[in-house]
Amino acid sequence: MMKTLSATFERFGGVMLLPVALALIAFLLIGRPSTWVTLTVAGLAMGMMIFLMASGLSLIFGLMDVLNFGHSAFVSFGAFIAASVLAFLGAWVSGGSAVLNIAALMAAIAAATAFGALAGWAFERVIVKPVYKDHLRQILITMGALIVADEIILTLWGGAPIPVPRPAVLTGSIVVGDVSIEIYRIFAFLLGLCVYVAMHFALNRTRIGLLVRAGVENREMVEALGFRIDRLFIAVFMAGSALAAMGGAMWAGYQSLITTAIGAEMMILVFIVVIIGGLGSIEGSLLGAILVGLMANYVAFLFPKMSLASNMILMMAILLWRPFGLKPAVKG
Amino acid sequence: MANAAILPGAVPAVSRRRQAGRFLVYAVVLAIGLALAFAPFLFPDVRAQEVAARICVFVVLVASYDLLIGYTGIVSFAHTMFFGLGAYGAAIALKAMGPGFDAIFFGGALGVLAAIVLAVLIGLLSLRVKAIFFAMVTLAAASVMMVLASQLSAITGGEDGMTFSVPRPFSPAQPLVTGEDGKALRLFGVALNGRVAHYYFVFVSSFLLFLVMMRIVASPLGTVLQAIRENEMRAEAIGYRVVAYRTAIFCIAAVIAALAGILRAVWLKYTGPDVVLSFDIMLDILLMVVIGGMGTLYGAVIGVAVMTLAQYYLKDVMAAGAAATADLPLLPDLLNPDRWLFWLGLVFILLVYFFPAGIAGTLMGKGGHK
Amino acid sequence: MREAILRLDDVHTDIAQYHVLHGVSLDVPEGGVHVLLGRNGAGKTTSLRTIMGLWRARKGAIVLRHRDITALPTPDIARLGVAFVPENMGIFGGLTVEENMRLAAEGGRFDDERLQRIFALFPAMEKFWQSQAHALSGGQKQMLAISRAIVEKRDLILIDEPTKGLAPAIIRAMIDAFREIAKETTILLVEQNFHFARALGETVAVIDDGRIVHRGTMAALAADEALQNQFLSLSMEAH
Repeated sequence: MMKTLSATFERFGGVMLLPVALALIAFLLIGRPSTWVTLTVAGLAMGMMIFLMASGLSLIFGLMDVLNFGHSAFVSFGAFIAASVLAFLGAWVSGGSAVLNIAALMAAIAAATAFGALAGWAFERVIVKPVYKDHLRQILITMGALIVADEIILTLWGGAPIPVPRPAVLTGSIVVGDVSIEIYRIFAFLLGLCVYVAMHFALNRTRIGLLVRAGVENREMVEALGFRIDRLFIAVFMAGSALAAMGGAMWAGYQSLITTAIGAEMMILVFIVVIIGGLGSIEGSLLGAILVGLMANYVAFLFPKMSLASNMILMMAILLWRPFGLKPAVKG
Repeated sequence: MANAAILPGAVPAVSRRRQAGRFLVYAVVLAIGLALAFAPFLFPDVRAQEVAARICVFVVLVASYDLLIGYTGIVSFAHTMFFGLGAYGAAIALKAMGPGFDAIFFGGALGVLAAIVLAVLIGLLSLRVKAIFFAMVTLAAASVMMVLASQLSAITGGEDGMTFSVPRPFSPAQPLVTGEDGKALRLFGVALNGRVAHYYFVFVSSFLLFLVMMRIVASPLGTVLQAIRENEMRAEAIGYRVVAYRTAIFCIAAVIAALAGILRAVWLKYTGPDVVLSFDIMLDILLMVVIGGMGTLYGAVIGVAVMTLAQYYLKDVMAAGAAATADLPLLPDLLNPDRWLFWLGLVFILLVYFFPAGIAGTLMGKGGHK
Repeated sequence: MREAILRLDDVHTDIAQYHVLHGVSLDVPEGGVHVLLGRNGAGKTTSLRTIMGLWRARKGAIVLRHRDITALPTPDIARLGVAFVPENMGIFGGLTVEENMRLAAEGGRFDDERLQRIFALFPAMEKFWQSQAHALSGGQKQMLAISRAIVEKRDLILIDEPTKGLAPAIIRAMIDAFREIAKETTILLVEQNFHFARALGETVAVIDDGRIVHRGTMAALAADEALQNQFLSLSMEAH
């Protein structure tokens, strides 16, 4: 009986059904379709932004067994750099020209992403490389780097909250019937989706992607086939850090007011996503991020004080059910 | 005495240096212990007593964390959660039941119980998975606890925390020993009033807890834990139930952290997210245990003393430095006393690279850089 | 005697605090199948992994065609024309059969003629070309591991216990395949299964307790039952 059930479950998409199930349960609890649509869109947008931050961390861990506790520093830097660029291009941001609006936003995201890639390279060489294969020291050193990075942000930007101007074309909502949807959320969702598709393509259709997937499964064998896995790893580390910074930039625009706590706040969600999704797979990260985003928004509406705790409970439940997460990369 | 080394029974130079280092560590720990034992008389001003009491509580907290990270190789970020459970347990009871020892006992017991339950849950759930998973799970759990503490403001006082009174014998207005004039008797110029009793309540409790931990690491349990840390597969093969042992030590550390939390609350007469639950406290613990030296309880004493003194007094030095470099770019900003964590972070990274054994471990010749 | 393609000279390897190889000296002649026999824990796998650079020799030298590869990183050793089929086969389960093999193909492009020969040796590879490798049976995985090793022409193929856990019928197919492969390359085979080793091996070395305790031709060992009993009594698996 159990077997037939689980076989049916797998046939209809397996764990990929979970977000749908969650949305259906929420629909019954919320009752009002218009509210439900708004919350669902918000959840999907939030999920996509978290996906940007989490996917890199998951791949970095999958490929080299390196868990970077300093990952959230890239999120923070991305957010603050984007805020500064948008403030600098103030006239473009608030002006009536949609082209200049978008150009300013793209400049902000590009600056954050480029910084993430460069800083990621330096971080990998200086901080992470000396402690490969030593988990305890890895955790300690990346934690120390996180402290230093947070202090640098405090020094450069100060402790006060910083407003993030939102491009005029992305402010406001689209109203369909009695449903109102913020434009920025649609934009965030689409951007996240584009990144996911690009990553999926890169991993499944390119030689580098093939190497990364193979390396996540069995690093040693990739070396025995003649490939320098450390070079591959730098590339993945840079990409992962760049994505984290991009996610931070997007999140800054979403929040419209950021503080230095942004990194620490997102870090928890990112960890939950990585654990739920399973290490080393971007499909898992996407699934986890969508679940966490939806959960956070539904629960924030239904039981406002339980929002973060609900994701924690979700993580615990999933760990009990599947100790390695929903969709971990296949090992061996 | 060039030929001393070849005499029979002579100690080789390396191990002699190690012995000297060991002696130095004992001497420093003893000095810190004595300074703490007589703190009310040696350093009568209020700020110094704050420092001394903080060192006492943090020695317990950091040593209990060392049971995990140093002796067992478990990286947990939930230690402040247990610390907070003890502190909030005592605080809520003291607020609700009024300032009495029964409240401290009852509230503290509930806090410890909650700590045990959570530790067992987290332990059984995730100590069987990779170290890194465990670190992430504990980090997530701790942050949820922090959010809960600030959101359930009806019970916990929210972000502001809660102030409360402690039992009357701890009040500065309460003489311990009454002199002929009806006021508190003075010893070495220090009034023997409730403030002294308050301090010694913290000191003696901390001292006893430290002794308990010394006993634990010297016990068979301590030996098994180190065997697990050195080679988990082998320990499992020999027949130790690794998950059970890890869960056990995780619970023990959680209980001790909760007890330290009670002491902290009773001393401060205040409990709030910033002083017991915040991630900054967790970082402090981590820095202290690494700076002092993982895997030796003496290291915890040294690490706490060094860090706490730095926290209270380094800021003065940095302020002077910032003033002196005021004309230069960026540097005065980095020397701003609020940025002291920046420097500590750098020192921490360098320590983990070059002296992973910390101060005590390096002096005692444990490992070092490979 | 032909010139050796691979020479190990007094190789010592430690794993963590354990001293596993206590001075292994070995010559592998060019061409044909050569067998390293020994019981569990004797140091067979460690020898192969040390040659491949996956574990580092603490002392001694490993020479591949006059070139000292002792300190070379694993990828560089592989690029010198050495293929490795580890004990666990090293299959990437999440990748398709094609992707597994494409990784080993120079520049990611297959040589069609070689591919056809591989399909002739192992028809299952063609049949399951687009299947994920984790869905293959144990024997098919072993075939994939070997196919991957010969996607390009290699000078030396190191194979660790290919018969482990395989059915006798599949082992017989393997013997034929190995004979075919050995026509163009050198195979260093690590085995416990003496019957399989005897069917293929040209020379044999017996390793015990981290040292080579016997070297000679397989014919001599196969003919001398006393010698077999002396070295192999512990390593025999009944087949």
